Amino acid sequence: MARRGLPEINAGSMADIAFLLLIFFLVTTTMDVDKGLLRKLPPPVDEPQNEDIKIKQRNILEILINANDQLLVESDYIQVTQLREKAKEFIVNPRDREDMPEKEAKDITGVGNVMVSKQVVSLQNDRGTSYGMYIKVQNELIAAYNEVRDEESKKRFGKVFKDLNEDQQKIIKEIYPQRISEAEPKNIGTK
Amino acid sequence: MSKFKKNKSGEQPAISTASLPDIVFMLLFFFMVTTVMREQDLLVKVSPPEATEAEKIDRKDLVSYIYIGSPIEKLKATYGSAPRIQLNDQFATKEQIAEYVEVERQKINEAERPLITFSLKVDKDCEMGVVTDVKQELRKAQALKINYSSRKTDKIK
Repeated sequence: MARRGLPEINAGSMADIAFLLLIFFLVTTTMDVDKGLLRKLPPPVDEPQNEDIKIKQRNILEILINANDQLLVESDYIQVTQLREKAKEFIVNPRDREDMPEKEAKDITGVGNVMVSKQVVSLQNDRGTSYGMYIKVQNELIAAYNEVRDEESKKRFGKVFKDLNEDQQKIIKEIYPQRISEAEPKNIGTK
Repeated sequence: MSKFKKNKSGEQPAISTASLPDIVFMLLFFFMVTTVMREQDLLVKVSPPEATEAEKIDRKDLVSYIYIGSPIEKLKATYGSAPRIQLNDQFATKEQIAEYVEVERQKINEAERPLITFSLKVDKDCEMGVVTDVKQELRKAQALKINYSSRKTDKIK
């Protein structure tokens, strides 16, 4: 029997159906990927410790933010825009100044003896500080650490930090560990 | 005899639309793959702060959200404008955070539980007091990996 073959199905409306679905997904889609500053909280302490761990004053960069979003760094009143430079100088202590963190020789696998600074950045805010200001300060501190690490990476490996392999990143992290300690906030200026 | 015969009528031939569905399907699949359905309605107004050092969170399935901000316009009459915490679909007090952490932990398989991250979506005009309370609660609940959700910018004003 000579079959003529099945008649073709009209696919003309396929586009309409696909359009309908397309518009649905276009409308419902949200493309925002969550971005942010990743931090680690310190583990909880059971009882308040009486004996403070003694850290020499010169090793601490003291940063205070009050309820009016004003910034006090090492008893100097400064603007947020100045904070990054200040923090960088503190972390690296390029001229080995007396009032900046001491350094200690540390044996790091892969590079040998390196002078590692004993820096700690201490951040304390008020309960009335705005979150926006707090994030600005956090951001500047993280930026300072990132820039210092980038510089060290370029010096040692000729690449920026994020292009290094895992072992190299570990070395840089050991030379410049990120130490941002947050004190319990004060409650003075809550509005 | 020429192989390339001129169109007898001289009219322009209609453009074939046969490949239109293919193009549309391509777009469709793109949006189907990238789409994320909004899971919950926001009861608080959150406009995140800006940061230059913001990083992407790579494992989205390991992230739980905590929203803090003042209630949206519609709810201001009932709840006032003081900052509030939102967990899942409702307002919560800070005492409920420990429970929330536990519930969120159970959702993740055991091997990856230590990697759970709590993303704080906080309004930039919010005061630190309530944020600090939340952080203390998270510490108590041993949820130590947190993320301050913020928008990435090139320069801070």
